[in-house]
Amino acid sequence: MPGAIYAEGLVKTFGDVRALDGVDLDVPEGTVLGLLGPNGAGKTTTVRVLTTLLQPDSGKAVVAGIDVLKHPNEVRRSIGLSGQFAAVDEYLTGRENLQMVGQLYQMSARDAKKRAGGLLERFNLADAADRPAKTYSGGMRRRLDLAAALVVSPPVMFMDEPTTGLDPRNRQQLWEVIQELVSGGTTLLLTTQYLEEADHLAHNICVVDHGKVIARGTSDQLKARTGGERVEVVVHESEQISPAREVLLGFGKGDVAIAEHTRKLTVPVTGGAKLLAEVIRELDVRGVEIDDIGLRRPTLDDVFISLTGHAAETEAEENGEAEDARGAQGAKAKKSRKESAK
Amino acid sequence: MSATTAPTDAVQVTAPRPRGGIVQSVNDSLVVAKRNLIRMTRIPEMIIFGMIQPVMFVVLFSYVFGGSMQIGSSTDPIVYREFLMAGIFAQTVTFATAGAGAGIADDMHKGLIDRFRSLPMARGAVLTGRTLADLVQTALTVVVLTIVALLVGWRIHEGLPKALAGFALLLLLGYAFSWIGALIGLSVRTPEAATSGGLIWLFPVTFISNAFVDSSNMPGWLQPIAEWNPFSATVQACRELFGNPGVSPSDAWPMEHSVLASILWSVLIIVVFRTLAVRKYRSATA
Repeated sequence: MPGAIYAEGLVKTFGDVRALDGVDLDVPEGTVLGLLGPNGAGKTTTVRVLTTLLQPDSGKAVVAGIDVLKHPNEVRRSIGLSGQFAAVDEYLTGRENLQMVGQLYQMSARDAKKRAGGLLERFNLADAADRPAKTYSGGMRRRLDLAAALVVSPPVMFMDEPTTGLDPRNRQQLWEVIQELVSGGTTLLLTTQYLEEADHLAHNICVVDHGKVIARGTSDQLKARTGGERVEVVVHESEQISPAREVLLGFGKGDVAIAEHTRKLTVPVTGGAKLLAEVIRELDVRGVEIDDIGLRRPTLDDVFISLTGHAAETEAEENGEAEDARGAQGAKAKKSRKESAK
Repeated sequence: MSATTAPTDAVQVTAPRPRGGIVQSVNDSLVVAKRNLIRMTRIPEMIIFGMIQPVMFVVLFSYVFGGSMQIGSSTDPIVYREFLMAGIFAQTVTFATAGAGAGIADDMHKGLIDRFRSLPMARGAVLTGRTLADLVQTALTVVVLTIVALLVGWRIHEGLPKALAGFALLLLLGYAFSWIGALIGLSVRTPEAATSGGLIWLFPVTFISNAFVDSSNMPGWLQPIAEWNPFSATVQACRELFGNPGVSPSDAWPMEHSVLASILWSVLIIVVFRTLAVRKYRSATA
């Protein structure tokens, strides 16, 4: 049985750009899929297709058991959309925004009002309920946006970069909210550029690049593909790089990578904490002064680099203008939106 | 800001089945119209600037040009002021175009159109709601402008019912033009472009007409354009219904049947531009 979100062979081209080049997805009910990739990878285009905002050139999409292309309006009743592209009206108060959305979900004015009140309480916005959304902080605005997506308790949620532009504290808070939601059985598709975010929230992760899914699996599976643990040492002075390297070569299972300007040495190892203790002792014996040392497991950043040959951040900047398909204009609009969100 | 409380959703709400059809369309449009009207009250400077502009036109035209204009055989500034008002009224209602265009472009820009398009609402409601809200604003502006017009000496001479019919034609024209604005708003890339794009073409449309001068004084090749201009039909109809001077004696069909021509033009504009705008809305991607 296909999952709550199912896509097969989605293709969408914009001029010469293949924004989606055969995307397949299958998200089991009640789970979170993290769609991970740099700007321009096709994350947003995928979400736009699945939320009925964009017609694909070919492919199949089923959300909550309903064919997206054949019955878009039925799908709209069963989904909530939140994130960078679904906004709230900044001149309306929080309450007015939620009431309007409720009514447009076809609730009666009375039900919509009641529901708005409940959501404002639930998202800790009750005090600001009757202030225009313009006056909200970035974090409050995101919470209102999320509340708007939850007006009808949709079985399937889409969040497009929900925490982009938020400070760490607000991000943490939003993560808690999202985790609560999912524990209630909602199926969620989440796009993000933050590898940490996918690591934190998603049961399964799809890495997308150039309109294709290039890897999928749990966070642990993806990390295992990248290889095991490493020891990282930062020495106090540049002259000590060379003796430190000799020490690490003795313990490591491979070559030592050196970043001269940060005085950081990295070597793949097996043996965990016990080995780390030995490394520290040996460095001490040789008189190498260290600023930092640690045993590192691979992060999703490492996964991304090993899969695509480039870091997510750099790619994001290079492709900023090519933007999923919305053309330079879209990218500009998005940038200014991000700025205004700050 | 305190920590977010556990947002466990005790209440499960499912979206009611859409009623569909005309009832839903009307309801959704009214919800959106209400939203736009609330917005307008929160940005009162928009309404105020919208009112200052036509008042400024009245004053400028009446007192700067008034003394140099010949209407029929009269060069009396009072006659010109009475002549002018139908033109200013009509020009004012067409300026709703720019408001609708800028508003919709702004909604696209901010991502609100995406929000609306992801909701199970009637397809045309976002645009209909916007144009209805603009109609309310236009009506308000017309009321203020009427008071100013009375102050500078404009009068109605054919009784209130006919005058009200004239105002109805004006609002119909304004409503029709706001659909052109809606299409412009959906087609341009930024709200700024919608504002200027919504305005520039209005200048030739409102000036190559009978609004500010007697079109029989125009060069021969320009006269038919002015007479068949949809805008001119409404101006002519208003002059007739208000009993103001300067009704064109031209035998061009829209001038001879100005009320009918005004209605036909406005309905035609609504049908064509509503169709185009709703189609554009459905595929809006930015």
